[in-house]
Amino acid sequence: MSSNSFAYNEQSGGGEATELGQEATSTISPSGAFGLFSSDLKKNEDLKQMLESNKDSAKLDAMKRIVGMIAKGKNASELFPAVVKNVASKNIEIKKLVYVYLVRYAEEQQDLALLSISTFQRALKDPNQLIRASALRVLSSIRVPIIVPIMMLAIKEAAADLSPYVRKNAAHAIQKLYSLDPEQKEMLIEVIEKLLKDKSILVAGSVVMAFEEVCPDRIDLIHKNYRKLCNLLVDVEEWGQVVIIHMLTRYARTQFVSPWREDDGLEDNEKSFYDSDDEQKEKTDKRKKPYTMDPDHRLLIRNTKPLLQSRNAAVVMAVAQLYWHISPKSEAGIISKSLVRLLRSNREVQYIVLQNIATMSIQRKGMFEPYLKSFYVRSTDPTMIKTLKLEILTNLANEANISTLLREFQTYVKSQDKQFAAATIQTIGRCATNISEVTDTCLSGLVCLLSNRDEIVVAESVVVIKKLLQMQPAQHGEIIKHMAKLLDSITVPVARASILWLIGENCERVPKIAPDVLRKMAKSFTSEDDLVKLQILNLGAKLYLTNSKQTKLLTQYILNLGKYDQNYDIRDRTRFIRQLIVPNEKSGALSKYAKKIFLAQKPAPLLESPFKDRDHFQLGTLSHTLNAKAAGYLELSNWPEVAPDPSVRNVEVIDLAKEWTPAGKAKNENPTKKFYSESEEEEDSSDSSSDSGSESGSESGEEDEEGDSSEDSSEDSSSEPESESGHQSDTENRRAAKRNSKTKGKGDSKDGKKENEKSKTSDSSNAESSSVEESSSDSESESESESESESRKVTKEKEKKAKQDRNRLATDASLLDLDDFNPVSTPVALPTPALSPSLIADLEGLNLSTSSSVISVSTPVFVPMKTHVLLHRMSGKGLAAHYSFPRQPCIFGDKMVSVQITLNNTTDKKIENIHIREKKLPIGMQMHVFNPIESLEPEGSITVSMGIDFCDSTQTASFQLCTKDDCFSVNIQPPVGELLLPVAMSEKDFKKEQEFHG
Amino acid sequence: MIHSLFLINCSGDIFLEKHWKSVVSQSVCDYFFEAQEKAADVENVPPVISTPHHYLISIYRDKLFFVSVIQTEVPPLFVIEFLHRVADTFQDYFGECSEAAIKDNVVIVYELLEEMLDNGFPLATESNILKELIKPPTILRSVVNSITGSSNVGDTLPTGQLSNIPWRRAGVKYTNNEAYFDVVEEIDAIIDKSGSTVFAEIQGVIDACIKLSGMPDLSLSFMNPRLLDDVSFHPCIRFKRWESERVLSFIPPDGNFRLISYRVSSQKYVDGSTRICHHISVCWVELTFPCFMLTVGYLNSSLLPLAMAHEETRKNCLVAIPVYVKHSISFKENSSCGRFDVTIGPKQNMGKTIEGVTVTVHMPKVVLNMNLTPTQGSYTFDPVTKVLTWDVGKITPQKLPSLKGLVNLQSGAPKPEENPSLNIQFKIQQLAISGLKVNRLDMYGEKYKPFKGVKYVTKAGKFQVRT
Repeated sequence: MSSNSFAYNEQSGGGEATELGQEATSTISPSGAFGLFSSDLKKNEDLKQMLESNKDSAKLDAMKRIVGMIAKGKNASELFPAVVKNVASKNIEIKKLVYVYLVRYAEEQQDLALLSISTFQRALKDPNQLIRASALRVLSSIRVPIIVPIMMLAIKEAAADLSPYVRKNAAHAIQKLYSLDPEQKEMLIEVIEKLLKDKSILVAGSVVMAFEEVCPDRIDLIHKNYRKLCNLLVDVEEWGQVVIIHMLTRYARTQFVSPWREDDGLEDNEKSFYDSDDEQKEKTDKRKKPYTMDPDHRLLIRNTKPLLQSRNAAVVMAVAQLYWHISPKSEAGIISKSLVRLLRSNREVQYIVLQNIATMSIQRKGMFEPYLKSFYVRSTDPTMIKTLKLEILTNLANEANISTLLREFQTYVKSQDKQFAAATIQTIGRCATNISEVTDTCLSGLVCLLSNRDEIVVAESVVVIKKLLQMQPAQHGEIIKHMAKLLDSITVPVARASILWLIGENCERVPKIAPDVLRKMAKSFTSEDDLVKLQILNLGAKLYLTNSKQTKLLTQYILNLGKYDQNYDIRDRTRFIRQLIVPNEKSGALSKYAKKIFLAQKPAPLLESPFKDRDHFQLGTLSHTLNAKAAGYLELSNWPEVAPDPSVRNVEVIDLAKEWTPAGKAKNENPTKKFYSESEEEEDSSDSSSDSGSESGSESGEEDEEGDSSEDSSEDSSSEPESESGHQSDTENRRAAKRNSKTKGKGDSKDGKKENEKSKTSDSSNAESSSVEESSSDSESESESESESESRKVTKEKEKKAKQDRNRLATDASLLDLDDFNPVSTPVALPTPALSPSLIADLEGLNLSTSSSVISVSTPVFVPMKTHVLLHRMSGKGLAAHYSFPRQPCIFGDKMVSVQITLNNTTDKKIENIHIREKKLPIGMQMHVFNPIESLEPEGSITVSMGIDFCDSTQTASFQLCTKDDCFSVNIQPPVGELLLPVAMSEKDFKKEQEFHG
Repeated sequence: MIHSLFLINCSGDIFLEKHWKSVVSQSVCDYFFEAQEKAADVENVPPVISTPHHYLISIYRDKLFFVSVIQTEVPPLFVIEFLHRVADTFQDYFGECSEAAIKDNVVIVYELLEEMLDNGFPLATESNILKELIKPPTILRSVVNSITGSSNVGDTLPTGQLSNIPWRRAGVKYTNNEAYFDVVEEIDAIIDKSGSTVFAEIQGVIDACIKLSGMPDLSLSFMNPRLLDDVSFHPCIRFKRWESERVLSFIPPDGNFRLISYRVSSQKYVDGSTRICHHISVCWVELTFPCFMLTVGYLNSSLLPLAMAHEETRKNCLVAIPVYVKHSISFKENSSCGRFDVTIGPKQNMGKTIEGVTVTVHMPKVVLNMNLTPTQGSYTFDPVTKVLTWDVGKITPQKLPSLKGLVNLQSGAPKPEENPSLNIQFKIQQLAISGLKVNRLDMYGEKYKPFKGVKYVTKAGKFQVRT
């Protein structure tokens, strides 16, 4: 025996195969059960021997065969004692296979399984992280209740392990332990809480998974980690992303107020998504209190957007549902493109995605209308895909596209897949009812189909026509006549029944035909389907009531036939009708009303989408797919009326500052900064009077948003991938600093006073410019370019201003509190050379508006994300420079165009002393250079702004960009458009100007 | 999440099972078999089945069903995507994802499944990491292992697991450093009876085969990146760089992988500034309306559909259709035969040869046999599945290939309602039909000079001609 097995070993792979082949045959033939059993015994003996041999190769071979048995679902439990001995094997492959075995059978052989525990406990202390992790994995997978305390201990230790990989496994172990012993919940929650704080991207997904399984209701554990999770999200592995996004969607629905109110005007006609009552109430609230999106809410929406580009369909779907459920309605449109992309994937993905699109397309048609043609059916699609596509096409149909669609449907009707053809006819019926313009067209189209050769098609058409005619019963005598003729040929019971019902209902419109039809039916009554018989009885009754002269005898004949029918339903109906319509001495009071009973107006059927009510399930979930609540489904809560305190998400500052500060400090003090930050305040307060009067209506709200947007942008820029760590740490730094100063500022009464003095006047003036700015930053966010995110490295001043604004407002939206506003004395204030464009706009806008109250320089509505290469990194010896036009008034002079230059160090050394030299400018042109940059860290990046007066021409400005060692000639040529200044003026003023200029 | 996995072959045998939590009996698959029976063909088996105690989510790949058992709420796409990833991994390891290959390598399969999921949650799905944990079987390695007793299983944690670039393994070394990119574009189209394009779009992918030592940082730029409408990326690509500079910047995984997939859609209004529409195609304006429209009530608004038809064709100009098909398929009333005549010719092929042309037609059920003569290539007709396959080969404009002849129908049966649609396959080498061009590939971070190559190919995707 053993030599035989050795032979297998020598042959390795091939031997393995034949071995498996043998086993396969033995499982397939269960007839020889007894023989099989004995051979199994023998084989197992042989395996036992191999396991006991002292050669690793024999053991390995035995283990491989055992795993083969497990894989096939054969019982190998009797080998447990022999296998478990090998748990301490030095050979890692044997060890792993033993683990596989243990996990499979430990539950059945608990006592023996305990023998292995000490090995795992030892392995948990192994210096190799892989071994530690796999020991924890197996230990936690052995479902033996006795070892719960040991598992608990191991999890706690692993959660504090230095290796993130081990911590990840600890997170997995939490779920396992929880399912083994739910009583450990409290202790496990403590571990989860600890692991949630973990900053490793490896751990994030797993711990959120554990959270979802163990304590999905403990939303309070998320608060402090919310921003971290949002920021880590892009880097987490894809599976973790899905789980985190789903969790954050639920979180957002409990923590933020609905962003949908502001869109109501746009989509008023659409039914409110969740609870119409709620929406109504909110709408009224709206007038009282303007909506402000919580910056954290915005952060989530921003940071998930890049994931729409993921290759993983589950991630894309997760983001899509997040946008659907929590983003403002106007922003949800971007998901449709990505969802349509998924339709190229395999059929299972298509199926799920199409289902979700079907639900979405009922609610918001507009989202998918541009992609109408992507839902056209191919003859090679599986039927389930075809019907789903058809469903979506129906939902998308409107007056504008219906003619195209009908043409398309016409192809489908002729499809060889008759089930699909029938579904198409149903669809046409639905389109006809939904879009009144085409009802007649559809009806006549369907009538054409009545002469189709295929019976299923004809039958389906009859049924649909019946429904359509029921909705507008007038003027369709001709069609009814036509259908009456069809009775001779159609055999499908539903269709026959429909025709009879239709004739019965309209018997007064076709007085000649109806009795004749009844006559024919009476002849064939006995051979009809039950469904048809019932309708014959109905028809008879109706005719008896309206035209008893002609049909009295016929009806009685039919009633007699029905009386002796085999089906009791028909006998019942017969008895009922006879009592009701045929007058006799016993007939009760009801017979007087027989006519009313039978010929009452019947409400038309409502042709509705089967996906109509699916929207109460969260999209992308199993429950949505099944249209039934799956076990463990977590409801999405309705938006809260009032947002819970947002400050719970604030993180202790000291930690963050420490963590984020190291990079990006190598920037110069910029003298202009101080100047502006002071003067800004001055201008703010002085200008206010002129503006506040005209703008007061919308101010209070927009102002608030302004604060938001600045906050957002700082959050946003921190979401940059690790590779651009330069930027990131930079912004993070600033953010941390900001928080730092904020907490500091809380106690700072001196500044508070200063604020108070100004607040009344200055905030209203801010409002005007900020309202414009809000829109500009919105448009920017759509493009989300790098240049933009750089320009968005919002400076200290800007943030402070935002904070002030918030301060002055009520406390509800205040993430940021009363703040220190002395730029010089703030110790953590990070001076930055680049001024925030929006800040400049604030300043300039106000500046100008004092001189002329009618024309004010506004921030541009659209700032292109385009950056131009100033210096390529190849030619710049690793220094790369890009320039862009932020389209903001230049701070260096009225006539200058502001230019932003982003410098990147792509080398692995510091680049020192970056400055500008040798300006070669055409006559009249002027340039305000940026201050020399002392040094730029490797991989670092810095954005500086400068001003160039191009003399309103498109001449090129040439200059040299120098580092400590090198000089590179570069030049900037502005496009004409960049030389213009965006200006906002009222229509009246525009006309005035126009007149003035002739 | 994922409780158990069953692999089932076409004949309904469960040949592999794996449980990540407690054991679920095989009998749960009966529900699946039931659903399979209900659905006429394998394609129509619903991917999600609800049973009293479990939910079954399945995929069908390479004639195998991967059926996973779920107990609680989970995004179905999560499971579906994961199962496909499992199938991809098998493909990657064994060269094919078939029952035989899986049975031959059952131990490796088991080890893989063990690493890929922990307690039902995906643990390691990147092929580069898996390959470090469990080495793929090769003949050489199995010989070496049997002599030295070393194993296929790695004993240290793959470096990728811990880094920010989990897709790449450390210490890659090649003597020849090469980076190849295949730009593969597939045209999905539905062509109308009259020859006008109902729907057309280009689905492109860039597949890369990167064999570079160390940690190269690549950036790939295009001549016309704006062409790319909707892109999905391999996780290695830096999204911000793409957004700002339209450059693909990435540290590549080792070996073969899909860098991006993109879509160039016709469903976008012509926007001169952003898109170079460098093909001018012949547009048909459809003037004839189907009887449907004309029968009733369109007299007043007949202008509307006309305008729309015009606009559609204008939009469709963006996707060039490289072939045209002339077809006349007719079945005679009350006789058991019909005529079949299909000619295929080149159109807008940018001067490149169209090769590998195949026409597949699913004939109606009443067709008994076909008697055809091709002027080029060969044809087969399977009387059971009623599938006609015409292998055309290369199209030469001088002599257009055609397939003509008679169709024998079942006598007595009514003539088919609709003509079958033609599915066309073709291939054009050295051409990306969208006009996408790779500009340059730069490498940073490593000193050596790699060998670089880009290949373009255009294929027909779901290319259907309605007749």
